[in-house]
Formats: sequence, C-alpha cells, structure tokens
Amino acid sequence: MSEVLVVVEATREFGVKKVTLEMLTLARELGTPSAVVLGGPGAAEALSAKLGEYGAEKVYAAEGEEIDGYLVAPKATVLAELVKRVQPAAVLLASAQEGKEIAARLAVKLDNGILTDVVGLAADGTATQVAFAGSAIVKSKVTKGLPLVTVRPNSVTPVPAAATPTVEQLTVSVTDTDKLAKVVDRVAEQKGSRPELTEAGVVVSGGRGVGNADNFKLVEELADLLGGAVGASRAAVDSGFYPHQFQVGQTGKTVSPQLYVALGISGAIQHRAGMQTSKTIVAVNKDGEAPIFELADFGVVGDLFKVVPQAAEEIRKRK
Amino acid sequence: MNIVVLVKQVPDSGADRTLRPDDNTVDRGSANNVINEMDEYAIEEALKIKEAHGGEVTILTMGPDRATESIRKALSMGPDKAVHVVDDALHGSCAVATSKVLAAALGQLGADLVICGAESTDGRVQVLPHMIAERLGVAALTGARKLTVDGATLTVERQTEEGYEVVTASTPAVVSVWDTINEPRYPSFKGIMAAKKKPVQTLSLGDLGVAPAEVGFDGATSAVLEHTKRPPRSGGAKVTDEGSGGVQLVEFLATEKFV
Repeated sequence: MSEVLVVVEATREFGVKKVTLEMLTLARELGTPSAVVLGGPGAAEALSAKLGEYGAEKVYAAEGEEIDGYLVAPKATVLAELVKRVQPAAVLLASAQEGKEIAARLAVKLDNGILTDVVGLAADGTATQVAFAGSAIVKSKVTKGLPLVTVRPNSVTPVPAAATPTVEQLTVSVTDTDKLAKVVDRVAEQKGSRPELTEAGVVVSGGRGVGNADNFKLVEELADLLGGAVGASRAAVDSGFYPHQFQVGQTGKTVSPQLYVALGISGAIQHRAGMQTSKTIVAVNKDGEAPIFELADFGVVGDLFKVVPQAAEEIRKRK
Repeated sequence: MNIVVLVKQVPDSGADRTLRPDDNTVDRGSANNVINEMDEYAIEEALKIKEAHGGEVTILTMGPDRATESIRKALSMGPDKAVHVVDDALHGSCAVATSKVLAAALGQLGADLVICGAESTDGRVQVLPHMIAERLGVAALTGARKLTVDGATLTVERQTEEGYEVVTASTPAVVSVWDTINEPRYPSFKGIMAAKKKPVQTLSLGDLGVAPAEVGFDGATSAVLEHTKRPPRSGGAKVTDEGSGGVQLVEFLATEKFV
C-alpha cells in the first residue's frame, strides 16, 4: 500500500494534538500512514512514540532553526520535496492556520488541488466538507494531482493501531525566498490547563449576558467542572470581556465538540456559524425568545447568575 | 508606499447562504452581496499606513460585474483607485487558479505591500495570501493582529493558538489581517460622493496573459461533486427557571453522560 503523509500538528507544551491522531486514523483508510514532523530540534523524538500508537509506520523529521525560525515557507519546501520523492497516495494536514498555509504553498508548488475543512475522507479520495457555517454538506474531490486535504479537528474519533515507527531525518535545503518572513519571538498568553478550543470535547461559552470580564469566572468555573474549554461570543469579545483567540463564530473559531454550553448568548447567525455542528447544545438565557433555543437540545430560560452557580454546585455534589 | 488591498464580494453572512443547484458554486445571484467583512479591516490598515507614510492605496477585486458595487463601497472609505478583474471565463475558478489570476494582476500593479483579510466569510479557506506570496516570491505575514511599518521593514503580531508570534519581513510582502487589528472607519458623505469619480480599471484574462483554460471549471484543480442542505437542528426541551433550573440542567447533562 502506498504511503499517506500526515503532517503532525503538535505544541511544545502538550505534544501531539488530537487532530493529528484523527488524521492518522483517516490515513489508514487510504494507505500506510507516515507522519511528517516539521519543527524545532529534537521535535520528532519527543513525538514518535505517540504517533506510533496511532499507526504511523514511519516518521519523517525536518528539524532545526531553518524550519522553525521562519513562517511556513521552509516547511512547504521540505514537504514538496518529500512528496515528489515518495509519491504518497494523499497528504493530510490540520485545518488550522498553519496547516492551511503549508497546504496552500504546497498546492502552488505542485500545481495540485486543495480541499480545506474536510470532516470525512473516503478511500477513493472523495472528501466531505461542511460549508456555510454548517448549513451545507459538500462532497468534493481533488481533480488535479493527489488528494491534498486539511482536516478539521473533532471530525473523527481517533482509533489506536500500534506500530513501531522508524524515524528518517530529512535533509533540509531551503531557499532564501523561504526565509523572507522571520519569526523573532513567540509569546505564550495565559490559557492555563484547559484543553484547546477547537479540539475540546466540551466547550462552555459566554456572551453579552455575562455582563463583564470578571463574571467570566462563572463560565470558566463551569468549563473546569466539565473538563472543557472556554469560548466567547463576538459581542463578549468586542465588549472586552474575553480575549479574541477564544471567539467562537463567523470571524472566530469553528468548534464541533460533543457538548456546547451557551451562557448568555442570544445565538445570532454569526455565532451559530461557529458552533452549530456541535453534537449536543445546551443554553441558558434570560430571553425565552432567543434564537439559541432553536438549536439547544436543552434550554433553561432564566438568570444565568442563578442557574450557573446552582449547576456548578450540583455537579460538585455528584462528583 | 504603493499598497494594494484585496477585496472580495461575498454573500452576506448574516443571511441564509446556498450553493447553486446547477453547478455547485456559491449562489451570488439571489444573495445580498457585500464586502467581505475582514477586508474592511485590511482597507482601514492600508489607509492608516498611507496617512502615516504617504503613498497610494489601490483596491483589487476579482469577481463578476456586480462586484462593482463592493468596489465603490471600498473606495468610499478612502482608497485612491481600483482594479477589477472581470471575465466570464473565471466562473467556477478554484483557489489555485484564483491565486494565479490575482498574482498576475499584482505583478502588473507592482505593489510594495498587499493587504488582505485573513479569510473570507464564504469559503473561509484562508489559503490565498500564501498562494499569492508563493507565486510572487515575496514574504507573507499572515494572521496579523498588529502591523508596524518602519521604512521597508514590516513587523506583525501573528495570532496563534498559544498566544502570538512576532514576525518580520521587508517589502514587498503580503500581509493578512484579523478583525482585531483596528476599527474600520465609516465612509463619509464626501467619501461616498468622491468614490463615484475614482478610477476603476477593468482587466480581462487577456490583459493579464492568463489563458481561459487555466481558470474556471476547465482549469479547476478540485471539483464539488454534490451538495446537500444540512437538516436544521430542532430545539429540544426548554424549561423556565423557577428555582431549580441549574439542577435540571445538570440532570440533562447526566442523562447524556457529560456529568
């Protein structure tokens, strides 16, 4: 069976991200998965055991300052060389900012089609995509070149399949053009130990109804009790209640968790765009006519400052 | 500094949007078409740079005839002129082909700085800035929440999942911006009147030296096979809090095995 290249998405802090395990699971339907680690020195060694647990037979590694010190272009160059050499059956990347950007450059380098925000992939390369904020389901296919797809987090359940990967270090030869955008600093901003928004199984979001930044503690408390991530509506972000990287909706993140809890969110179409493919939705809002209730599997019409603390207390009792 | 801002006309994301039943492309005919929201932030950023450092701001749009409305709207914010790439053969173009056309137009315009929105609200594909930069062989500074211009040196704060990265490059470059970067101005009455007289140049594929077979459905590198409307969600149980709303909520979560 031919190789399927899976470009690994990982963080320094938490290692391999869940979307990578989802991609390895999808890749096994199309061929033999090979993971590609593009990162700082020693990145592959730290990640390969986990990649093996989900079926990576091989790990290609391109590491060092030449890769890590610049914005995506060197990664795309290394990946393009690898694709030309191993002629994979498909290339999978995460449908997040960097994955899409590497894929974009790869598509131009190889004059190859590209499909983004893929939630399913058949053995013949037919991809399922969700369009227009989850209101349309699209079947599509790359018609020029190999299937080059970016996979949306929380699309499939990762299934382990033990393998013992061999690690192959790739020769990195990047051009001056690849080094035009230099990363001079990486700054971590507070997030704590919560799971990442797009990958979380549970997301608890607050909206305008939360009232102020301080009250977001209530949202955070419920999120922590449910082991979830915290999100915010655009209204809450624009009002300065919560930072922009946690915004869910049309101009923010798209999430698709098992459980989405909307607190004080009316459910404007721009917000629904970012969360309506969630499996279960519950909402608390004082306005019984709020459109969020049209989506909610369970809704409480009431004051969130009464309902949420009571719910938190009840969860503690049951633990 | 010669700045070009990429502007796309999209169906209003505040209304229902559909794909055409005949060819699976975005239904623009029946939609209320507006400037892609993120592009207004790109225009604002370009105007601020011009105000601080001098130069010229040009709007570049690829789209059908009706995109003229969005071009005039963009010009009413203050840019100097616009270029509209319009050609019937472009209908059905994929992202790869679109980047080829825009790169060809940018090559003719000789921009020092190309600014665009980080994504469009219709496709949300996010690939064009890097595709264009790859074709032009220039730097791409994408996902900016802050942009600083110092002579020919550009520095951006790039929003990431963990925080942000500080990335620098020299012009010429492509910069894409998020809506956290600024607060776009509203067009003034004077601006709206002035926009009507600003030059809008139209370019065809022939003008750009791109063959019709390289774009549209013929030149597409991917195809939509079919589309279906996702069944709308239906609301479930709704209770009014009469003192036990929180407990009822947790009971529901327990039935669904979340607690």
